[in-house]
Amino acid sequence: MKTTLATLAAATLAAASAGAEEVHVYNWSDYIDEDLLTKFEEETGIELIYDVFDSNEVLETKMLAGGSGYDVVVPTGTFLQRQIAAGAFQPLDYDKLPNAEHLWDVIRDRTEKYDPGHEYSINYMWGTTGIGADVNEVTEILGEDAPVGSLDLIFDPANMEQLQECGVHFLDAPTEMFPAALTYLGLDPDSKDPDELEQAAEVLEAVRPYVQKFHSSEYINALANGDICVAFGWSGDILQARDRAAEADNDVEIVYNPPKEGALMWFDQMAIPADAPNPDAAHEFLNFIMDPQNMAQASNYVYYANGNLASQEYLNEDVIGDTAIYPDQATLDNLYTVTPYPPRVQRTVTRLWTRVKSGT
Amino acid sequence: MRRFVVVAVPYLWLLALFLIPFVIVLKISLSDPAIAIPPYAPTLDLSEGWQGLKDFFAGLDFENFAFLTTDDLYWKAYLSSLRIAFVATLFTLLVGFPIAYGMARAEERWRPMLLMLVILPFWTSFLIRVYSWMGILSSEGYLNQVLLALGVVAEPLTILNTNAAVYVGIVYTYLPFMILPIYATLEKLDMSLLEAAEDLGCSRLSAFWLVTIPLSVPGIVAGCFLVFIPTIGEFVIPSLLGGSETLMIGKVLWEEFFSNRDWPVASAVAVILLLILIVPIILFQRNEQKQREAEG
Repeated sequence: MKTTLATLAAATLAAASAGAEEVHVYNWSDYIDEDLLTKFEEETGIELIYDVFDSNEVLETKMLAGGSGYDVVVPTGTFLQRQIAAGAFQPLDYDKLPNAEHLWDVIRDRTEKYDPGHEYSINYMWGTTGIGADVNEVTEILGEDAPVGSLDLIFDPANMEQLQECGVHFLDAPTEMFPAALTYLGLDPDSKDPDELEQAAEVLEAVRPYVQKFHSSEYINALANGDICVAFGWSGDILQARDRAAEADNDVEIVYNPPKEGALMWFDQMAIPADAPNPDAAHEFLNFIMDPQNMAQASNYVYYANGNLASQEYLNEDVIGDTAIYPDQATLDNLYTVTPYPPRVQRTVTRLWTRVKSGT
Repeated sequence: MRRFVVVAVPYLWLLALFLIPFVIVLKISLSDPAIAIPPYAPTLDLSEGWQGLKDFFAGLDFENFAFLTTDDLYWKAYLSSLRIAFVATLFTLLVGFPIAYGMARAEERWRPMLLMLVILPFWTSFLIRVYSWMGILSSEGYLNQVLLALGVVAEPLTILNTNAAVYVGIVYTYLPFMILPIYATLEKLDMSLLEAAEDLGCSRLSAFWLVTIPLSVPGIVAGCFLVFIPTIGEFVIPSLLGGSETLMIGKVLWEEFFSNRDWPVASAVAVILLLILIVPIILFQRNEQKQREAEG
């Protein structure tokens, strides 16, 4: 809400001083150090209008409707792939992006399948989807050997029944929850088979009564304040919650674990819409973000790993040294990626998701 | 000439703000989804001339409406929306009528201020007012803090993210729409009628029941429609205050549009919703007209 108000204020100010060069950036909420926004404006003299979303679906609908007015958007790899197919983006002009040389080949290779040759996008950040838990509360309820690093914690109804008293949030994103439930069943997380998806829905339905809320951004504050004790969410968001709790000194101790059964690895890519009003400024923004020091500043702030190799020397020790953010090889081998659902399967998944959430 | 303008202006208004948007939505509801911008096909290409127009119409069909009948989610959502709208309207009436009655019975010099108090909250953004209800109703919210402090409850109540919170939100948001028309009829009420009733042996209560209530019916009906009609399609209140078990057609529409990227099915859902709404809208129009004629 705070960010939304700030955005509104920024938009009003921008409208007042129309005429100056502007770049409109649409990024995920809580996903940048806002000092960088001011720094960009000071360095380039371009007015930056920064707006936020918290679901890929909202971004995609704006892209497919066309005329969004944004110059830079940040879809996740799977969504990017489909939007490229729809013709939503313009090819990047790498002559205007000298900082692209700093990109990390490990991430470049893994994002190749979403955007072959990186014709349309560069990696902004990447992370995993996993379990955030308030260890004190969870061990108090489930005992010292509570499976905080396992999908058993959130998908075993026996555990969830006990955890409901301290509160559990799940992401309101079927594209995240179905791969996790499939992994729990030992099936292919990228499965498009309706029968297997049905089984995954049954896993989710079994624990549904104990889930307090399905939401994709509220859990940061809820975890940090101790309103809930477990969240299945995005790595950096949970780590932000951990730090907010530590700052508040409120006896809440959050840990993040990618599930040991396997965790989803996702990539948020920056791209320029085909009808961007100011593609030149958009390239300038991309180049600014790919500057190693700027990228490091962003990662140090949001606790997500980035796709920029040269930035790593500027990263704080609690970022680069944290295996929850920059996984070691063993964890990395245990991460999987998924591909977009074809339209018919997408409908099945959304329908199953509605059934899971509403029981209808 | 004057007569022509008087008739033409409302119809032009209806054409521009209702019929044209409806035709666009209807057109999309007859198309097929596609991975493109915009995400449906066929799109009308006028540069192709007559052939383009023919191709366009050949690509339209009622497949999406047929699809809606294959899944019980849709009619359940319509029914659930109707039920929530009905119950919420009833609560709004129960809360709104006494307020309107009190306002109409207040001393004349107080009335403008009372009216102002009803309208004033409208000057704050609707979204912010709904958000503040989240702060009041959450388990650590003000309501629970007060109840716990007074010892009314031992454990905080779970109100936020349930249907109860949706009702609170709707009643709060739409209350002025109920109060204002009722107040308007009550204010015009001829007090001598009540005196006559009492002279003829009515108690105050039965005078209220036999005179005030029947005479305020046009206001009550208008207020109920003004609350009922927009509540059926309500999206913001259930998505902010409701839980995942709150099933409303607005939410289903959102999922079709955003999660499935299926604009044609989303449009079909919207067309049906409009057809459902047309009945109460026509009844509302009749009621208004009758009232005007009675006054005229």
